[in-house]
Amino acid sequence: MELLLVVIIGLLYAAGIYMMLRRSLLKLIIGLILLGNGANMLIFLLGRIVKGKPPIIDASESILSGIYADPVPQALILTAIVISFGLQSFAIILIKRAYKVVKTDDLDEMNATDEDL
Amino acid sequence: MKTIIFKTASSYLLPLLLLFAIFILLRGHYLPGGGFVGGLIAAIAFVLHSFANGIERTRGIIKFHPGFLMPIGLSIALCSGLAPLLVGSPFMTGLWYHNPIPVIGMIGTALIFDIGVFLVVIGVVLTIIFTISETI
Amino acid sequence: MSNPYIILPVIFQLFTAILLMFFWTKKNSQKLISIICSLITLGISIWLITIVLLQGIHVTQAGGWEAPFGITFVADPLSTLMILLTSISGLAVSIFSTGSVRNARIKFGYFPIFHFLLMGLNGAFLAGDIFNLYVWFEIIIISSFVLITLGGEKAQLEGSIKYVTMNLLASVVFLTAIAILYGLTGSLNMADLSIRVANIENRGLVNVTAILFFVGFGIKSAVFPLHFWLPASYHTPPPAISAIFGGLLTKVGVYALLRVFTLIFIPDDFMTDVITWVAIMTILTGCLGALVQNNIRKIFSYLIVGHIGYMIAGLGMYTEAALVGTIFYLIHDIIVKTNLFMVTGVIFKLKGTYSMRNLGGFYKTYPKLSLLMAVPIFSLVGIPPLSGFWAKVFWIESGFITENYLLVFVLVFGSFLTLVTMAKLWAEVVWKDGDALPMKINVKYFWELKPIKRVAMIVPIVLLSMVSLYIGFGAEHIISISRLIGSQLIDTTPYIEAVLGPLNAEVI
Repeated sequence: MELLLVVIIGLLYAAGIYMMLRRSLLKLIIGLILLGNGANMLIFLLGRIVKGKPPIIDASESILSGIYADPVPQALILTAIVISFGLQSFAIILIKRAYKVVKTDDLDEMNATDEDL
Repeated sequence: MKTIIFKTASSYLLPLLLLFAIFILLRGHYLPGGGFVGGLIAAIAFVLHSFANGIERTRGIIKFHPGFLMPIGLSIALCSGLAPLLVGSPFMTGLWYHNPIPVIGMIGTALIFDIGVFLVVIGVVLTIIFTISETI
Repeated sequence: MSNPYIILPVIFQLFTAILLMFFWTKKNSQKLISIICSLITLGISIWLITIVLLQGIHVTQAGGWEAPFGITFVADPLSTLMILLTSISGLAVSIFSTGSVRNARIKFGYFPIFHFLLMGLNGAFLAGDIFNLYVWFEIIIISSFVLITLGGEKAQLEGSIKYVTMNLLASVVFLTAIAILYGLTGSLNMADLSIRVANIENRGLVNVTAILFFVGFGIKSAVFPLHFWLPASYHTPPPAISAIFGGLLTKVGVYALLRVFTLIFIPDDFMTDVITWVAIMTILTGCLGALVQNNIRKIFSYLIVGHIGYMIAGLGMYTEAALVGTIFYLIHDIIVKTNLFMVTGVIFKLKGTYSMRNLGGFYKTYPKLSLLMAVPIFSLVGIPPLSGFWAKVFWIESGFITENYLLVFVLVFGSFLTLVTMAKLWAEVVWKDGDALPMKINVKYFWELKPIKRVAMIVPIVLLSMVSLYIGFGAEHIISISRLIGSQLIDTTPYIEAVLGPLNAEVI
């Protein structure tokens, strides 16, 4: 399981960076999304994957017993997913606006910031 | 997607989904669920309705701009966070009313916070989706 | 010392933003609320730094969950100082915005987003938990994304694509670093991490994580070779937004570097070498880049990069005196850079261009304004006794002590380049005889504005100039605060004990 996840994370990072290096704006955003997913999987993996119970204490006991899953990585991933949801929807709207104004999808042709104003 | 089956179903699904969203919101403290998921479900209920009947009809149901839910939800959440400061506990400490109330369950600052999140999520998601679909 | 009220600067900014959202369509009420609430925040931050300096570090555990399990907020001298500076710049930019930002932008929620940005900044400074720091960073960048794109002009959109991409990438790198750090230590609390990281056997992995953090924060603070997005985007939004970006956003990156590399990863020889070389290259690229620019906002953008290099250099030497210099420079730089971008805003409103070649004749037509401009410009160069000078004394002194002669040379050379650039700017903009420029239709000139708006654009510049004169002439006070912070950055025991309670000898 760990090995499989490691391979998937590596693929997600590689694919994300490859897509970011392309000239097209849309592929840039796809690359960022893939990278974000890779990072979330990495947190999941490094939080140690165990076959255990959820970390909930029974009413009859006072402390957790046995093997239990670490709740922190799940909370971190949830937070990161919510944040990336907001950021990515913003980025998609941004490239759409930029495409309308600049009329190109090619990053090489976006040189307005280098002109003398 | 304006088929008659979908259209008829969507008008029954909207209240059902909203009710389900509130159910998810209320069970959230000890069981899977909560304000964020509940808010998403409520927003999806409206999105489904807009798919079937068009955005204008959905706007007609909501009556006010969904963005207005954001400040309301944020202020509810902020108040629930500030309440513990009044009794000298740190920000966001959970304060609970000890007697459970029928149907709703335990009342506490966490529930109020979740209601705030619920409203913010509905507001944000509907604003995003309405804005995107308007400009397409 | 536990004190639940230390997060007031964050909560109050949130409250302001919510209040402003209720007044979404009423632009005059928004302006008034923004200024009044910025004043109150300034009061809160002065109160906070006073109690921290008098009584020591204050801590609160959000939700009452004890550290290292809950989320901790720590008000130590460095973070409260940063909050104070944020409040001063925030107040100045808030006043400046009421005069200079167009109504169309205010209609789309300029002021609420601006206060969300300030909330994020205050939160980032108070965070005592590395993941919480990440969340505050995300709040900062999403607010800054909205601010930089607001208005939607062509150059602005292109600049913001570069800005958005690099910042999203930085967040992913930061998140990756947090994931590895959590895998290594099983903790996220910075004070707890400080103890745990020191005990890890596998130093190679620790160094990899440290480099990941350095890259993540390095993109945000624009160090070489990750700086190129900054000069491509900071000159595109309206001056008020450039001012808050130039003054504060890159400095959050520097703050995070200072925090992480003094508390969690104590730099070994390898890391100090990396940081020093990065600093040298940053100073050279920033200052040389500024030399050849024609757009005055781009000059200041490149100088931001160069001067970030100075602060990183202080971290690279890693002596107490060098860190004192960095803190002092941080104080000076936030105030002066905010001020300079506001000055460029006034220049644009007067002449309708940012091009240095076309500008001119300021001394002849606006002598008082030229005098006002002289304060931030010469403070930036660091002509004694103005505020940019004192920090360099500390750096050069510790450069000789640590035998970093190359770094000392580059520091002096960078200051020299800054001097040349500023002298060129002064000669071109102020002393040169300027021709009357053709009027532009879409620019609202200074004299066309209402008197209250003109006052709103000049007052914050005067305010920040006074502050920067105080930093220069009252350097004794600032140095004593910087020394206190510097000593606490080297000896982190008070910070750790404030968060985790008294340490017993075995843990250390």
